[in-house]
Amino acid sequence: MSTSRTETEFPNPYSAGLLGKRTPLAVLVGAFAVSVGVNWLFQLAEGGDFNIVGTILLTAIVYMVVIYFYSLLVEGARKAKDRLVTALVGGAFMLALLPLVSLIITVVTNGLARFDLEFFTYSMRNIVGEGGGIVHAMVGTLLMTLTATAISVPIGLMSAIYLVEYGRGPLARAITFFVDVMTGIPSIVAGLFAYSVFALIFGPGIKLGIAGAIALSVLMIPIVVRSCEDMLKLVPNELREAAYALGVPKWLTVLKVVLPTSIAGIMTGVTLAIARVIGETAPLLVAAGFTNNLNYNLVEGRMQSLPVLVYNQYVSQGSVPQAYLDRAWAGALTLILIVMALNLVARIIARYFSPKTGR
Amino acid sequence: MTTSATSGPRRGRTVQRLGDRIFSNSALTAGTLILAILAAVAGFLMLESIPAFTTDPEDINILSGQPFWSYVAPLVFGTLWASALALLMAVPVSIGIALFISHYAPRRLAQALGYIVDLLAAVPSVVFGLWGGNVLAPAVQPAYTWLTENLGWIPFFAPPASGTGRTILTAAIVLAVMVLPIITALSREVFLQTPVLHEEAALALGATRWEMIRTAVLPFGRPGVVSASMLGLGRALGETMAVAMVLSASGGITFAVLTPSNPGTIAANIALRFPEAFGENINLLIATGLILFAITLVVNMVARWIIGRRKEFSGAN
Repeated sequence: MSTSRTETEFPNPYSAGLLGKRTPLAVLVGAFAVSVGVNWLFQLAEGGDFNIVGTILLTAIVYMVVIYFYSLLVEGARKAKDRLVTALVGGAFMLALLPLVSLIITVVTNGLARFDLEFFTYSMRNIVGEGGGIVHAMVGTLLMTLTATAISVPIGLMSAIYLVEYGRGPLARAITFFVDVMTGIPSIVAGLFAYSVFALIFGPGIKLGIAGAIALSVLMIPIVVRSCEDMLKLVPNELREAAYALGVPKWLTVLKVVLPTSIAGIMTGVTLAIARVIGETAPLLVAAGFTNNLNYNLVEGRMQSLPVLVYNQYVSQGSVPQAYLDRAWAGALTLILIVMALNLVARIIARYFSPKTGR
Repeated sequence: MTTSATSGPRRGRTVQRLGDRIFSNSALTAGTLILAILAAVAGFLMLESIPAFTTDPEDINILSGQPFWSYVAPLVFGTLWASALALLMAVPVSIGIALFISHYAPRRLAQALGYIVDLLAAVPSVVFGLWGGNVLAPAVQPAYTWLTENLGWIPFFAPPASGTGRTILTAAIVLAVMVLPIITALSREVFLQTPVLHEEAALALGATRWEMIRTAVLPFGRPGVVSASMLGLGRALGETMAVAMVLSASGGITFAVLTPSNPGTIAANIALRFPEAFGENINLLIATGLILFAITLVVNMVARWIIGRRKEFSGAN
């Protein structure tokens, strides 16, 4: 750098003009300490609880300001900007974690209040205040989701087979494009569609479990097609060609070679699709309605489902609002547990049932 | 199996087996069925929404005398406005997260972090609604009061502040959280596809990590981020329960985001009104649903078109 006057002071050329390796961490800890202090002072002055979210946000802001100016003084503008962006990018991730953590904590703490035996063994029939349960909603969700799966898996899988094994030309391109577009159909529009179909046949005001199932399958088919298509594409062409070379007809090749090879992926995809639609509320609210009674019959009468129950308990709080809210939270907890379990099952299937390759 | 032509080799034509024909035809049918379903969705919605236009507005009591379009206009505005606000918040954060996972986090950790963000996508919308209404709205209410008192001169923060916190901004925050995983997942994929040579070239020229990202990663990923945002927009436009449970709508068109009077959204309006609706009211709601369908269809088609166009030129890399 400068002409050294004293022979003894050699600046290390690799670390001169740079922040130390531990400096950002030290700044972060300092920023955290400062914001905890500030929040503590606020708490003393105005009372109330310790503000965790405020502390985290303040820590982030203090850290960004300090690291930027510190780096600007020591390392120059370019490095300073780099450090600022690093802090911003990490901060964005932390920001996304906030709602997730908050949501999980509140759902678990509030949901445990009614997470008892009665909740899973009673329906809501003749219940106005406390008590009651979700049996009718569980039955409805199970029946409608299974029916939707039974409708969408054959259609979705065969379409995927068409796209991968047979489809060439404009029709295949159109199907691919519209499957993608169909993924974006608002769920409530699917519900309105199912309602319209049954209203035209049976007259207005009709709400049936089967209508809910059809609404769900409209949402489910594109998801199934996409995942199955991806999985079928992964099957190496050598397997197909080997089968053809042995004189196996195409349909048997697909049935006996392609499908068994990709079955794990397909099952994973279907499980994830179920997890996606099992939490759908709007289409079921519109097409299947809501009821307090247990209904096993898909083609007669309204059918309750778990998400709709959560919504109902929240929107129409009766004489004892807390009881309704508790049921809503417990229902939400059940729903999240079901979705998580399905996701877990999907991962397990993907891991243990995938074909063992030699390599 | 059932071979019709085993007698002798024929030239020029492959053997058509019955199984093959049945199988390929059923595959074709299934594929075409998807197109038919999409057409049926549009068709049935149109069929059912005709009475809303032919009936006298006086006879539809949700309309209470006003013409159809003046009823729909605030809803369309509310839908677009809430989604725009949500996107405004979600896109920068999503790009940040996507960059964090693709270029900042340690390789080993990156996949696990990706799962965590995907976890947000797995939460059902009704749970988001419950959380937004019971936890988020009371939590942000003091901030709203502060904003209206101190920054009230900005039109968006015009007073009075909502006493419950259930404003369109709260709904937009919930929507932002819900579309975050979608935009993040797609942006992440695109950022990871950046040619490594471009990145290394930038670094070799002495660029810092941010300069490398600005010059190599972001220009490459821009179409991907745009289409990811469009897909997120499509999701936000059609999101029903979270908005219905968080927003307390009173109609009217206003850009102020903190006041107690907010425009509703089409989807939330349908969910709130449909269970009690009767007669032509149902047709009216279906007609609004048709408008929502048209809007999301256009948004999604544009997004897919951008993605599709991108695929062609990224094949060379």
